[in-house]
Amino acid sequence: MGQNIIDVRNLSKSFDVSSKEPGLKGTIKHFLRRQTKSLKVIKDVSFEIKQGEIVGFLGANGAGKTTILKMLCGLIYPSEGSILVSGYLPFRRKENFLKNITLIMGQKQQLIWDLPPIESFYLNASIYDLDKFEAKKRIKKLSGMLEIDEELFIPVRKLSLGQRMKSELIAALIHEPNILFLDEPTLGLDINAQRNLRKFLQKYNKETNATICLTSHYMKDITSLCKRVICVHEGAISYDGKLDLLLKKLSPVKEILIVCRSEEDAIKLENSGFNVKNKIKNEITIKIENNSITSSLKTILNNFDIEDLFINEPPIDEVIGKVLIKKDYDI
Amino acid sequence: MISNLINRKILTLLKVQYSNMLEYRVEIALWAISGVIPFFMLNIWTTNNLNESINISDILLSRYFLCAFFVRQFSVVWVVFSFEEDSLMGKVSPYLIQPLNPFFRYLAQHLAEQITRFPFALIIAFFFFIFNPESIWIPNLGILLLSILSTFLSFLIQFLMQSIIACLCFWTEKASSIERLLFIPTLFLSGLLAPVVSFPSYVKSWIYLTPFPYLIDFPANLLSGNETNIIGGLCMQILWIFLLFPLFKKIWSEGTKKYTAMGS
Repeated sequence: MGQNIIDVRNLSKSFDVSSKEPGLKGTIKHFLRRQTKSLKVIKDVSFEIKQGEIVGFLGANGAGKTTILKMLCGLIYPSEGSILVSGYLPFRRKENFLKNITLIMGQKQQLIWDLPPIESFYLNASIYDLDKFEAKKRIKKLSGMLEIDEELFIPVRKLSLGQRMKSELIAALIHEPNILFLDEPTLGLDINAQRNLRKFLQKYNKETNATICLTSHYMKDITSLCKRVICVHEGAISYDGKLDLLLKKLSPVKEILIVCRSEEDAIKLENSGFNVKNKIKNEITIKIENNSITSSLKTILNNFDIEDLFINEPPIDEVIGKVLIKKDYDI
Repeated sequence: MISNLINRKILTLLKVQYSNMLEYRVEIALWAISGVIPFFMLNIWTTNNLNESINISDILLSRYFLCAFFVRQFSVVWVVFSFEEDSLMGKVSPYLIQPLNPFFRYLAQHLAEQITRFPFALIIAFFFFIFNPESIWIPNLGILLLSILSTFLSFLIQFLMQSIIACLCFWTEKASSIERLLFIPTLFLSGLLAPVVSFPSYVKSWIYLTPFPYLIDFPANLLSGNETNIIGGLCMQILWIFLLFPLFKKIWSEGTKKYTAMGS
């Protein structure tokens, strides 16, 4: 892993929001005397991201993960704190900084609706100062990686969501950015399209050593792409570290379903001191702590007549769900 | 070098936007037809012999209103509405993180639309001459080129005025309602409904201090061959561009700090 490419220190962001009471009275009051209050949506956030890292931002709706991403790419101005991305202050939006980054927002498109995607690609290529030959080469490479070809010559409005998303990716990556900000890139895509997109991002990261910051509500995106996650809860970071460490912390036990050869064996196992969750005839489910799985299984296999055995990982969505509602994870 | 790069970007933008506009050719033809207010005004002026009060012949007046139609066709601006919609729908966000000010996109859109409009405007002019053959005239090349320049400057003034208002989207979501405030002076003071020369002299002296008469009245008078101060008019147009451009830059710079990227 390389040096820090993103450095965020004590970052905060506040928005002015107005509220309105329901009904006619509330409407008149809102019209005559609008009440606004400052809402701090990001609170004193600090983190660093290294070149080539893929980092997932996790959080419930409105937690502030997209706002952090928007500040990182220079779209919105921070209220307090400092951000340095690739050596630049993002909000100044210097040309060299902008040529180095991209932002992809699921469902929000930059392609021209009535024209084929290829027209938008060449337009973007000229905006990023690429000559036609280079643009053609990159379009060919990216479309090959994304397995899209003839669709590039069909008006965007006639493409499927998956084809549009692939085209969006080509438009956003034609300048070969070094830092990718992806805000729910798989939103609305079917399972195959999601898998292809994840494969593509892995490949892009491997080939270009690009840094990827990603938000997604699909846990599969996070688990298959990100080794590190930053959990955001009510605008503050509740966890920043390795994903597998977080999962271990959140689910310290595994459930093991053991199918014994006879019911007698199951009864013997039930009374042997293991933490039994349930028992149905010759099938027994026990809970074992992660750090003693090997030794416990050895004991079971040596002392009981076992027909079959299944180790069940707790559902990742369930585990991550705990993060979204908890304020702090000290690991 | 820098200007070459910008030109290449603008040229590609223009080509792409022209392709896009051709998708809407029927809509543009209808827009062109809907811009025939000057012809209605001509009818009102001539049937009521109003031109006698300002010593303009029927022929010069009809040429003036035809030119007003042409100038209007090539200086019509709607950037505030496009920007407002894009801003509310979150479409501005991807443009903001590209190394090209988003207003160049809108500028290219307008120019591409004007190119698409051109043949329809010519057809309308053709029919105008069929019904008013006495109004046919051929302006000399110098005047024609100056008129094209003046129309383009008029377009730039209007584009800058609306872009400044469009930037208010960063503070209020409905900047187009502020644009409505400009509608009345643009309609009455620009020369679209009546040549500015027809206004009382004390009003005229004030009107000429505003940008409005340089939007239609000046270029239309120039093209139609009516008496006008060419140097003074062009200088005023350039002056307004020089005044409005830094104002736009300042509001843009302050506004983007307020941008909340709503809708995205």
